[in-house]
Amino acid sequence: MSYLLRAQISRYGRIAAVLAVFVAIFMGPAANAATPDPGAPNGSALLIKGTVKNEKKPVEGVEFHVTGNGVDEKVLSGADGKWVLEVANKGIYKVEINLKTLPKGVGLRDATANIREANLTITNTAAVLFPLGKDTRVVQPLGDQVLVRLFAGLNLGLLLAIAAIGISLIFGTTGLNNFAHGEMVTFGAMFTWLFHAELKMPLLIAAALTIILSAGFGWLQDAALWKQLRRRRLGLNQMMIVSIGLSIVLRQVYILAFDGDTKVLSSEYQTVNIGPITTTTSSIWSMVISVLTLGFVAWFLTRTRIGKAARAVSDNSSLAAATGINVERIIRIVWVMAGALTGLAGILYGLQFQANYLLGAQILLLLFASVTLGGLGTALGATVGAIIIGFVVELSALIIPIDLKYAASLIILIVVLLVRPQGVLGKKQRIG
Amino acid sequence: MDFLNILTLALGEMISPTTITFVLCAIGLSVHFGFTGLLNFGQAAFAAVGAYGMAIGIITFHLPLLLAVLMGLVASALFALVLGIPTLRLRADYLAIVTIATSEVFRYFMTTIGFASVTGGSNGLSQFGKEFWAMNPIPEGDYNLGFVSYRSDQLYVLAVGWGTIILGALVLRLLMRSPWGRVLKGIREDEDAVRSLGKNVFAYKLQALMVGGMFASIGGMIFVLNLSNVQPQTWTTNFTFTIWSVLLLGGAATILGPIAGGMIFLGLISLTQGIMGGLVEMGWLPFLTQPDVAQIRFILIGLSLMLLVIFRPQGLFGNKKELQFNG
Repeated sequence: MSYLLRAQISRYGRIAAVLAVFVAIFMGPAANAATPDPGAPNGSALLIKGTVKNEKKPVEGVEFHVTGNGVDEKVLSGADGKWVLEVANKGIYKVEINLKTLPKGVGLRDATANIREANLTITNTAAVLFPLGKDTRVVQPLGDQVLVRLFAGLNLGLLLAIAAIGISLIFGTTGLNNFAHGEMVTFGAMFTWLFHAELKMPLLIAAALTIILSAGFGWLQDAALWKQLRRRRLGLNQMMIVSIGLSIVLRQVYILAFDGDTKVLSSEYQTVNIGPITTTTSSIWSMVISVLTLGFVAWFLTRTRIGKAARAVSDNSSLAAATGINVERIIRIVWVMAGALTGLAGILYGLQFQANYLLGAQILLLLFASVTLGGLGTALGATVGAIIIGFVVELSALIIPIDLKYAASLIILIVVLLVRPQGVLGKKQRIG
Repeated sequence: MDFLNILTLALGEMISPTTITFVLCAIGLSVHFGFTGLLNFGQAAFAAVGAYGMAIGIITFHLPLLLAVLMGLVASALFALVLGIPTLRLRADYLAIVTIATSEVFRYFMTTIGFASVTGGSNGLSQFGKEFWAMNPIPEGDYNLGFVSYRSDQLYVLAVGWGTIILGALVLRLLMRSPWGRVLKGIREDEDAVRSLGKNVFAYKLQALMVGGMFASIGGMIFVLNLSNVQPQTWTTNFTFTIWSVLLLGGAATILGPIAGGMIFLGLISLTQGIMGGLVEMGWLPFLTQPDVAQIRFILIGLSLMLLVIFRPQGLFGNKKELQFNG
C-alpha cells in the first residue's frame, strides 16, 4: 500500500491515487481486486509508441530516450519503423530522439523539436511522432542559423498575430481579458482535423467550414455568456475569472469529444529551400494567408464604417454610444470576427505543427505577451507585439535550452510591464 | 454501485492530505485576495517554491528537516519580493497576467534539463522524506476512527496537516485583527485613502504577498512530504484555479471560509466522481468511459469558478460588502 500512497503521481493522476488509497484502506484487498486499478483502466497497459518514417519508408534502429515519473529508458525502432515502451504510471513523459542514430542526411523536419512530450495522463497510449525530412541541422554557420530562426520566428509571429488581434479587439471593446481565447485556437485545429483528416474533406472546404464554425463559436460565446454578464454589470475582473472557468471547462470538453492524444492534421508536405532555410509549402502558404488576413483586418478597421465604429467603441464606448453607434452590435461583430480569426490561426498552426487539446492553453500566455507588448487594445500593436514575440521565442533557442524558449517570451512580458507597461504602441493612460 | 463506499471515499477526501494542501494555499490566497484585494493567479508557484525549497534543502544542502522547511519559507518570501516589487504597482488585471506568467516560467525552470542536477528536471525529486517519517510518534498499526480506519503514517500526515491549519487559522485571525490587518483591509477598500493616512501601501501589499505566499508554501511542503516526491507538472494553472474555487466557495475575506470551502469542494468532487464512475460501471452513461470520469473533476472546478463568480461571489460564508474584485 505504501507503494500506492507514494506512487509517482501527476496532476491528473492525483485523484485516482487518492481514490485507490482510500479504496484499499476501507475495503481491504477484496475490494482492491474488484475495483480496477485507476492507473490502468480496463486492465490495459500504458504505452508510449511511435513510428519513424523517412519519405514513407520505415527507419530501423533509431534510439528514443524516455524520461519522467521515475522512468529512464531507451528504446530502438524496429524493422517496421515502430517502437513502443510500456510504462507503469500515468503522467507526462519526455521523449528525446537520438539524432546520431538517424541515417546520414536525414534529420527532423522541425530541427528544434528533438524532445517531445508523451501525455499519458488521460489516454492509455501516447503516440510520439518525429516527422523526418532532410537534415537541416548539419553544422550551419551562425548567420544561417539566425536566418533560419528569423524565418521560423516570423512564421510563428504571424500566427500569433492573427489570434492576438482577436484578444486585442475584445479587450478594446469590452475591457475583458479573455483567458478562454486559447480554446478558440484549439477549436480551429480540432475541427479541421475532424473534417480533413477524419472525414476526408478537401482541405479548403474543411478550413472554410471550420472558419464558419469558429465565427459561430465566437457569436455563441458572446450571445450566451458575455452579453448576459455585461447586462448584469459584472465587474471586469470577475468576468476574467469567469473566462478562466470557461477555458478549463472547454479544455475538458475537447478531451471528451476528441480524446487527449495529439492529432496530425495533414501528413502531406513538400519541402522548399530558400537559401539556408528549409521549409514546407504549407508554412509558406500559412505565411501568405496570415499576411493577407492581417492586411484585410487593417483595411477593415481603418476603411469601413463598422471597423471605424469598432475603433470608436475601443476608444470610448460611452462617447461612441452617444454618437449613435450601437455598441452591443459592434461588440457582437467583434466577437464573430475574433472567433473566425482565431479559428484560422488554429487551422494554420495545426497544419504546420501538431495539435492536441492543450494547444490553445500553451500559446495563450504568448498571446497575452503579444498584446501587452504591443499595447492592450490596439490591433496594430497586437500585430507588432506578436511578431516580436515570435522572433524572441525562436531566436532565444539559439542561446538557451529549447525547453525554455517559451519562458523567454514570458520573461519579456514581465520586463515590458516593468519598463513600459502601456506597451510599445499603447497609450500612457492604460497603466494603473 | 456501492453508495456506502463512495460516501466514505468522499468523507475521507474531506480531510485528506490533498485537501489540507488546498486549504493552506486558500488561506494564503485569502490574505492576498480576500483581505488585500490582490488578484494573484500564481499561487501554485508559491506552493512549488516551498516544496522545492524544502526538498532541495534536504537533498542538495543536507539540511535537517526543520531548517529545510525554514529554507522553503525563506525562498517563498524571496519569491514574493521578486514577484511583488515589479508588479504590485500594476493594475489588477496586469497583476493577474504577470503572476500566472511567473508561475508558468517557474514551472519551465523546474522542468528544464538545464537545472536537472538540482531540481531533478521532469523526474522531479524524491527521497527527502526520511526524517519526516522518522519523526512519526504514532506507534505502528491500524487506527479506527468511527467507520474510517487509518494506518499510523497516514494518521501522522493528517495530524501534522490539520494541526498546521488550525495554527495557521489562529495566526491569521490574530493578524487580521491587528492594526496591520486593518491597513490591509483599508488597502482593499480604498488604496488612496490609506495612502493619504501616510501608510506605505506598496510595502503593506508586499508584506501581504509574502505572508500569503508562506501559507501556500507550507501547503506545498505537506503535499510533497505526503507523496515523498515533488514533480514539476503538479504546479500547473489548474492547481492555482482549484485553490481559487476553494476560496471562492468558502468565502474570500473569512478565516473559516477556506477551510470549509476546501472540505466541501473536494468532498463534493470526490462524491460526484464516485457516483459518475458508478453510473458508468453500470452502463448508464454509455458515452463515457472510466478515464473520462477523472476529467469530471476539472469540469467541476471550471463550472464552479464561473457560477460562483457570477451568482455568489461572496461564497458560502463571506460577506458581499467585504469583496473587492477591482482592487
